[in-house]
Amino acid sequence: MNVIVLSAVWGVVMMFSGLFIADKSKAKYVAITGLLVLLVSNYFDLHHKFLFAYSIGNMLQFDSFGMIFVTIALLSTLLYVLLSGSAVEKVGNHAYEYFALLFFVLCGVGIAASYNNLLMLFLGIEIISIPLYILTGADKRNLKSNEASLKYFLMGSFSTGIMLLGIVLLYGATGTFSLTISSVSKASENIMISAGVILMAIALAFKVSAAPFHFWTPDVYDGAPTVFTSFMATVVKAAGFIAFVRLFENAFGGMTDVWQYTIALIIAATLVAGNITAVFQQSVKRMLAYSSISQAGFMLFAVYSINAFAKEGILLYAAAYCLATIGIFAVLIKMKDFTFEGFNGLAKQQPLLALLVSIFVLSLAGIPLTGGFLSKYYMVLSSIKAGGLLWLVITAMLCAAVSVYYYFRLIQAMYFKEGDANAVDVNPRFKALLVVAAVLIILLGVYPNALLLDWFHIL
Amino acid sequence: MLALLLILIPLITGVAAFFIKNEKSVKTWALVASLVTLIVSLWSLMHQDNYHSVFSKEWLPDLGSSFSLGLDGMGRMLTLLTGIAFPVIFIATSKSTYKDSNQFFGLMLLSQAGLMGVFLATDLLLFYFFWELALIPVYFLCSKWGGERRIPVTFKFFIYTFLGSLIMLVGILYVYYINPEKSFSMASLYNYTFGHRAQSILFWMFFLAFAIKMPIFPFHTWQPDTYEQSPTATTMVLSGVMVKMGLFAVVRWLLPLFPEAAHGNDNIVIGLSVVGMIYASCIAMVQDDLKRLVAYSSIAHIGLMCAALFAGNSIGIQGVMVQMFNHGINIIGLWVVVELTERQFGTRKMSELGGIAQKAPALAIMLVIIALANVSLPLTNAFVGEFLMFNGLYQFNVWYTVIAGLSIILAAIYTLNMIQKVFYGNTNSVTANAVDINWNEKLVLAVIVVLIFAMGVYPKPMIELTQASVNSLVSIFK
Repeated sequence: MNVIVLSAVWGVVMMFSGLFIADKSKAKYVAITGLLVLLVSNYFDLHHKFLFAYSIGNMLQFDSFGMIFVTIALLSTLLYVLLSGSAVEKVGNHAYEYFALLFFVLCGVGIAASYNNLLMLFLGIEIISIPLYILTGADKRNLKSNEASLKYFLMGSFSTGIMLLGIVLLYGATGTFSLTISSVSKASENIMISAGVILMAIALAFKVSAAPFHFWTPDVYDGAPTVFTSFMATVVKAAGFIAFVRLFENAFGGMTDVWQYTIALIIAATLVAGNITAVFQQSVKRMLAYSSISQAGFMLFAVYSINAFAKEGILLYAAAYCLATIGIFAVLIKMKDFTFEGFNGLAKQQPLLALLVSIFVLSLAGIPLTGGFLSKYYMVLSSIKAGGLLWLVITAMLCAAVSVYYYFRLIQAMYFKEGDANAVDVNPRFKALLVVAAVLIILLGVYPNALLLDWFHIL
Repeated sequence: MLALLLILIPLITGVAAFFIKNEKSVKTWALVASLVTLIVSLWSLMHQDNYHSVFSKEWLPDLGSSFSLGLDGMGRMLTLLTGIAFPVIFIATSKSTYKDSNQFFGLMLLSQAGLMGVFLATDLLLFYFFWELALIPVYFLCSKWGGERRIPVTFKFFIYTFLGSLIMLVGILYVYYINPEKSFSMASLYNYTFGHRAQSILFWMFFLAFAIKMPIFPFHTWQPDTYEQSPTATTMVLSGVMVKMGLFAVVRWLLPLFPEAAHGNDNIVIGLSVVGMIYASCIAMVQDDLKRLVAYSSIAHIGLMCAALFAGNSIGIQGVMVQMFNHGINIIGLWVVVELTERQFGTRKMSELGGIAQKAPALAIMLVIIALANVSLPLTNAFVGEFLMFNGLYQFNVWYTVIAGLSIILAAIYTLNMIQKVFYGNTNSVTANAVDINWNEKLVLAVIVVLIFAMGVYPKPMIELTQASVNSLVSIFK
């Protein structure tokens, strides 16, 4: 619980340090210090020892599911800042403000991972979204960045409206904002509740870019400065899923008949739309945008099945997906050309970098021995356990096979095609960090218990 | 413990090979590593007690999967084949030079680790891990060191087999979900009888993956292209050992888990196999490229093995066991000859070759013996296997046997035709300056020829080795 407060406080500290420190290249060190402070306080949070306590009036609930996710989000953000912190400074003149906004996003992530009340869900999602609207448009002189920002803002506000309408309907039917709606008898016969549930599903599907509410994603991800796309596609997206799973498990778990089939259709649409469109992309950045949509399709399985496997699985998925995607983006930022051709022959110039990107890509494609495989496995397993639909599982597998096509184009470009692609200013520290990420991905794929899943039972 | 060593040795030496930059030393390193693996696999033949052949450790308790390995008769036979194949391949291709040779040999050894894992795993999920793990290095080997059209061809190969594997993965999930123990271990799955409906669906999910890997008609379209485009050393791995993964998986998992569905669908599978045999043999007859000829001939042979497996009687299955080993030896022998020919003359086109026997008698003699084994002439190893398999198929249905029998005649036609075109007749400008093979090539071919005769004349040890596997399979299958 301290993490939520401290991240907001550190956001303010970041802004003010911008006033006193003229050198903008110092910004990332302030941010790293802040993240370390957050990690320390998170460590105490995990063991239920708080630096300072305050009354939360049952609005938030700190269970192991949410807290482990916050840990993953903080570690991913730390990795992200360490890898791409200097790229943040290059976006514009307001380096300190950019980092401050990232801390505000983390505050929202903390709330979205531990809310126990529909209002807090709304607050969490909004605290995440508003800084992102600004960060998307951070490249002020770039028309594409402006367009993306406006588009994101308009579409985002629209979906927020839908979420509020859903909350209002649920409140009207039950008279409470807390997540105890499912205890209302015969919930599924109450049309207000059913409508509210579906509206909530639509609003959250928008936030996690699930089809058919995904159309903003490629444009926004493509238009935003690459370094912020990396953050949006990983930590933020995963937080959306945690909020999604929390809501549907705690509030709507008792009325699966109302929404489960709708979610199944959304999953199928997301997988097909994301994967098929990704095949035709020429730019790696846009391909990653569509790949994030298709990965969202897999993560939605956790919402579909809401059981123990789903919760463990989504945590594993979040960790594996964040590590791999942050890694690929970190390398992408260093490239001159964002098309697939831009990667031609990278293995010759940067053998280690090419190997690491290959590991990240293999993980995203879900090849065994990587965290990506095991997390997809957990997702599908959980849906089968929830009495899964065979057609849905088969669709998912076919889509996974399609995804190999576009992920492996990157490997082909790096290893088998002739070219002289090179990454600019890659230092040993950068490589070492990527090696750590790759090792973590493989450990997650080979022995996830020690690293992640056992914590779920211990805490 | 030996089971674990069989995986660990190629795995560790493979990773280490990436760091040996000198081409000569990495070649030696790979050869020594593969010889050590061979010694361990021979050793495992001597020590058949539990301590040596079983290894188990907790792995993913939440998922009900454990890291368990075990060696049974069939596993010993196939790990022995894998153990023999790699040193033979390394010696036979020792003259070839590769760009980034450290990566090449590293990946070769890693693929050996994957193959060993497939043959050893006694846990279904672990089996799936190794199944995929064997594929990844081969994908890189083919796409990096292959022929001109390597990138699209190996991509097709990869997506094809990966799709099959994914469908199998869904099957594995359902197997886990349906069985009450929620376990992947072979023993508990063998004890559980799946319901009728579940069997009929799961059977096809697994069969698809195995059929693509073997490959069985009509899932074979990736195979001739991939064999043609891959570097020969990799083609040897693919055809000598890797296709056995499909057959092995049928024996280890498909038939024991879903015997009822296997019985119900035996006519479809055998029908497909027999059609594939004739089809592949006919295409082999009109090939001009040596590699494609051997590739199609391999489809025909695998088809017979698959048919004999599904005939479901002990004599046929015994034949398959023997033939899995023998086919591996023979086809590697054929590839060695193709490799030697191509390296010397720079072409694989039969129409451009001819008269090599005059200049290279030793090579010609070796080739004729291996080719005759490919036609399964008596006294050669393939005869034993094919005789048993045809016998088994005959007990199942006469007509299948008659049609399948045609493939023997067709095999004789294309094989003898190949010998004639390549080795006899007059020399031309390409082959005029042919030189005979040197001592290490002779050594490799001699080992293969000796194995061909030894297994052909005295197949008893091999039959005894796999007897127990056959018996247990037949008892489940009945």
